[in-house]
Amino acid sequence: MISELLINAFLVTIMLSIAIALIKTRTVIFTVILTSAYSLVAALMFITLDAVDVAFTEASVGAGISTILFLAAMAYLPKKEVESISSEFIPALSCIILGGILIWCSFDLPEIGQLTAPIHQHIAPEYIKGSKEDIGIPNIVTSVLASYRGYDTFGETIVVFTAGVAVLALLEKKNTTKKNKSQPKQKIKKNA
Amino acid sequence: MHNNPILRISTKILFAPIILFGLYVQFHGDFGPGGGFQAGVIVASAFILYSLVFGIEAGKKLFPTNVNLILLALGGIVYGGVGIVSIILGDEFLAYNILGSSPQSGQHIGILLVEFGVGLTVSNVMIALFNAFASYDKVKEK
Repeated sequence: MISELLINAFLVTIMLSIAIALIKTRTVIFTVILTSAYSLVAALMFITLDAVDVAFTEASVGAGISTILFLAAMAYLPKKEVESISSEFIPALSCIILGGILIWCSFDLPEIGQLTAPIHQHIAPEYIKGSKEDIGIPNIVTSVLASYRGYDTFGETIVVFTAGVAVLALLEKKNTTKKNKSQPKQKIKKNA
Repeated sequence: MHNNPILRISTKILFAPIILFGLYVQFHGDFGPGGGFQAGVIVASAFILYSLVFGIEAGKKLFPTNVNLILLALGGIVYGGVGIVSIILGDEFLAYNILGSSPQSGQHIGILLVEFGVGLTVSNVMIALFNAFASYDKVKEK
């Protein structure tokens, strides 16, 4: 119990220091790398909560591929962030108020792993039992993701597909308009 | 980065193991942590690493854009196709029980195919996004 507390305190300290460094830095590449480091610590946090699948996703997507995509997109940004906010008082105040409300609400949450918590009463026992009997798969996360909640995962896949196609369409359009030099458009305007 | 021997040789050594690990995560998702989303990202990272080190043109030669776009759509079609097949066989959309001889083997087949569709879409979306961002600059310069 005490070792768990120590590990959690250690991880939270690292997360906090990364967050403070993120506020302070004004160089875009440091921001991207610090965000990646933050995701990696978050993945460790998920492991301490025994959520291995989520940790895996966070490490591969949050710390891995999104960093590369940010770096690829970063090439079109100026190297330094422009300081636009003149006063830091109002953002800081709103953050403190929101954080205070969240901490205040967290006192009402049931303890982690408590069996009588509402989340463990609804359909979770059915899934835990059924995963072994109906589906025959030891990993309950996979059986919930792909079978019990197959519709949701289908929607998720379509969302990923749509997002990818949308980005491709946006970038492709700019490429072609630069090449064609928009001469045909002017002719149409004159006719109209 | 094309002339750095350490990067080039380590990329050549790492390329196959990364894809092998991705396939392991993909098809071992029933028994351990993992699944289509993670495996797709891992497989995509191998191709992105290749493009980063050897240049975007070499990456496109290794994995052509039109193949990438076809596979991108095929993932969703595989997922939806499993649902359609289960309708044709006489059950509800995405009800896997009917796909195999017994309900459990049907579930196994269904989950495997569905996760494969997810992995296909995710990996190809990631590669397509990286290619789109990386080759955008070149067109702009012309």
